[in-house]
Amino acid sequence: MFASHLQPNLSPEAVERVPTRNGYGEGLLEAGKRDNKVIALCCDLTESTRTDKFAQAYPERFVQVGVAEQNLASVGSGMAAMGRIPFIASYAMFSPGRNWEQVRTTIAYNNANVKLIGAHAGVSVGPDGATHQAIEDIAITRVIPNMVVIAPADVHEARKATLAAAKYEGPVYIRLGRSGTPVVTTPESPFVIGKAEVMYSRDESLEKKVGIVVTGSLLHNALMAAQELQSNGIGASVLHMPTIKPLDEEALKTFAQDHDALVTVEEHQIVGGLGGAVAEYLSSVAPIRIERVGMDDVFGESGEPDELIAHFGMDTKGIVAAAMKVS
Amino acid sequence: MQYLTSQEVRALELKANTIRQSIIEMLTEAGSGHTAGPLGMADIFTLLYFGTLKHDPKNPDWEERDRLVLSNGHICPVLYATLAHAGYFPVEELMTLRKLGSRLQGHPHREALPGLETSSGPLGSGLSQAVGMAMAERMDNPYSSKFFYCLTGDGELNEGQIWEALMLAGRENLNNLIMIVDRNGIQIDGYTKDVMPLEPLAEKFASFNFDVQEVDGHNIRAMNDAIGKAQSVYSQPSVIIAHTIASKGVDVFERDFRWHGNPPGKGPEDRVTKDKQSEVALAKLRSLAGTIEAQDIS
Repeated sequence: MFASHLQPNLSPEAVERVPTRNGYGEGLLEAGKRDNKVIALCCDLTESTRTDKFAQAYPERFVQVGVAEQNLASVGSGMAAMGRIPFIASYAMFSPGRNWEQVRTTIAYNNANVKLIGAHAGVSVGPDGATHQAIEDIAITRVIPNMVVIAPADVHEARKATLAAAKYEGPVYIRLGRSGTPVVTTPESPFVIGKAEVMYSRDESLEKKVGIVVTGSLLHNALMAAQELQSNGIGASVLHMPTIKPLDEEALKTFAQDHDALVTVEEHQIVGGLGGAVAEYLSSVAPIRIERVGMDDVFGESGEPDELIAHFGMDTKGIVAAAMKVS
Repeated sequence: MQYLTSQEVRALELKANTIRQSIIEMLTEAGSGHTAGPLGMADIFTLLYFGTLKHDPKNPDWEERDRLVLSNGHICPVLYATLAHAGYFPVEELMTLRKLGSRLQGHPHREALPGLETSSGPLGSGLSQAVGMAMAERMDNPYSSKFFYCLTGDGELNEGQIWEALMLAGRENLNNLIMIVDRNGIQIDGYTKDVMPLEPLAEKFASFNFDVQEVDGHNIRAMNDAIGKAQSVYSQPSVIIAHTIASKGVDVFERDFRWHGNPPGKGPEDRVTKDKQSEVALAKLRSLAGTIEAQDIS
């Protein structure tokens, strides 16, 4: 059963598809309206990262840094030191990819109030190919102390995550996608940093119990997979974890204890990301068999977003197959 | 520009000598750390903290203070010693440098110690942070009288990020930014001219829209004048290329790149054996101090 606040019709044919980066653009504009300390910085990707609306509305609070991501991170840190709330945006491959050390030292070690926006994360970047498909960004950000890591599932959640990040004191990384992502939640759906939520509850009359833990853009695939599993007689639930760090340990432990096995789903390497985080935590408090869906130690390649998601086994079919393996 | 009397210059020279002695003592006690850069920059740090900066050691977070960003974090012994002698924390605490639980980390950690504006160590990112601070200040108040000083090494200029920051500062005409380069001509692996030549350095900075001055970094009056001029440049950011002598003040350590990353007791032995390095350095500095006629300014 779906959580009550989701879109009424979630069938693949009916669901609307909107890029999560659009939600960032809207959220940033709102955050800028609410608080004049909010500043946006961008590395020659203003339209693509959806920083453009803010830049037009508040030109005096927008800084074009040029193609210089190392500078982007540290200039952001300097602005935060003066009490500003900088949102620094680029493609995830370049920030926090190329500028990881600057993010670590000048932002996180200083505990600077900087918000990192990594657009074009995941293989769903599509035709641009592997050089532009960040599939390591969750791993390299969540390993840094002080850093909060969020992968919003859809456009509404991206907007809310942006607004929540503006209010939160400290470094935050928000991961965004390029292509249209199924809109699962509504403007009214709750979002709190650090909170996971069960978005699909299993039929308790079914004997087998598999839990799917998902982050980011693959939420819809996970929900469709759970529905399909149930129609095949396997009880399946979906725990939606938009915040990877801090991990909602309580929700995760309860969810694990309510199932026989788990499947983690993310558009990211299966090491170091959500799957890694879930396995690390549960191995010490509630050991359970875990199958991880995601990129298995390979780079992406060119192709259409849906083709790539299917090719790398992150589509509904791939998630169902992983669940069958453990149920 | 602030005028310094002869007596004030002598007092600053004496203070710099005291700070150099602290540097030798704290590095000897730590048993590791950098010697050449801290000794070479002692005159400039003394001038900045006892002559130039608007700051309040009893209120390190005072909003109206000037900001000093140390980009080449490895020379932090001179920053720590200067902060302690200026009253930010007890001078005795200098002896905890690099020890477990100390606020005086091997490379500066902003969250640990009052008076630090940034954490630094990995080279090349301080200038970007100073640029961000200077830009944020100008957004708030275009008539602000705060200055943002960024101290960098010369070997550090190998880092690409420095030039990213220079481009942005130049485009923005950041007249509240004053960069000071410790041009001591050495880096870890040798002389800067051999590792990665920087010249013509002044022309490079000028081409990025910086006002450029070259000064003897040990001449306190000349440095004071240069900072005064940099403050008065209206339409550009400024850089002062401060020509310094690595390990200045201890003649038997001077100009030798092998003193970059070694403390007294672990340095090259051709001029002084390891067991005598600390003692000889302190004796040299004390005898130099005896030649400076001034009232202590602390």
